[in-house]
Amino acid sequence: MTTTTSGTAKVTLPADQQILITREFNAPKHLVWTAYTTPDLIKRWWSGDKGTVTSAQVDLRVGGKWRYVMEANAGFEVAFRGEYREIAAPDRLVSTEIFEGIPDPDEHAGLITVTLTEKDGRTYLEMLCEYRDKTDRDAVIDSGMETGMQESMDALEKVAVSLG
Amino acid sequence: MARAATTTDAFNAVAEPRRRQILDLLAAGERPVNDLVELLGLAQPQVSKHLRVLREVDLVHVRDEGRQRMYRLNAEPLKDIHDWLATYEQCWNKRFDLMDDVLDELKKAQEKDDNDD
Repeated sequence: MTTTTSGTAKVTLPADQQILITREFNAPKHLVWTAYTTPDLIKRWWSGDKGTVTSAQVDLRVGGKWRYVMEANAGFEVAFRGEYREIAAPDRLVSTEIFEGIPDPDEHAGLITVTLTEKDGRTYLEMLCEYRDKTDRDAVIDSGMETGMQESMDALEKVAVSLG
Repeated sequence: MARAATTTDAFNAVAEPRRRQILDLLAAGERPVNDLVELLGLAQPQVSKHLRVLREVDLVHVRDEGRQRMYRLNAEPLKDIHDWLATYEQCWNKRFDLMDDVLDELKKAQEKDDNDD
């Protein structure tokens, strides 16, 4: 029997240039790893309620590249890409993250460290996002706010229905 | 990893677990510093250091009552943090809720595989 006791994502700011996101999953860590790194599965969760993932490319090896593209509900495209730096399946994944929608995107690359810890069949996920300074960190948090305001309830409902 | 040099605002001030503990204690009401020292089990200079940081970002207010320094919570800056982070947090909540669905399917598929063996 699987009962989903869905956790709640917690966002904290351990330092000026950091964001720490934590979440507990009712699944063993190898499955969380699979959901996190498999293109077809990434497509199903990465856009949240903000749109539809139209492309998810994953070359899961050190130095390999990743790139996700989302078509936002408001009609525009958003793309993120990066490079894998450290891979220790299913415990730890370090990669860069670059938002393509800003000038000189490579200058503002973030470093994302995902750590998975399993206890009693549940997985505790920690995602530490580090940026070059507080300005970049704050911009990442602000961007979530802007995109958030662009979506309508209608579009949200449509995504929910399509995901059935 | 470079440590953040200074705690410049409420956002960072509450990242420190001991300071969150102090805020929790003060949420229940105004307290003298000695109370906090006792409840936290820390040395007075440490507690004073945390209180100084919290005062700098306006999360606690202080007044003198006789020979005691009384500290109380000022929650206003916390509301700013909460509002600022809420949408970003919500974005991740939506993503992870969808990941829960994916994980449920993966678990079912695995259980089926296990039963087939």
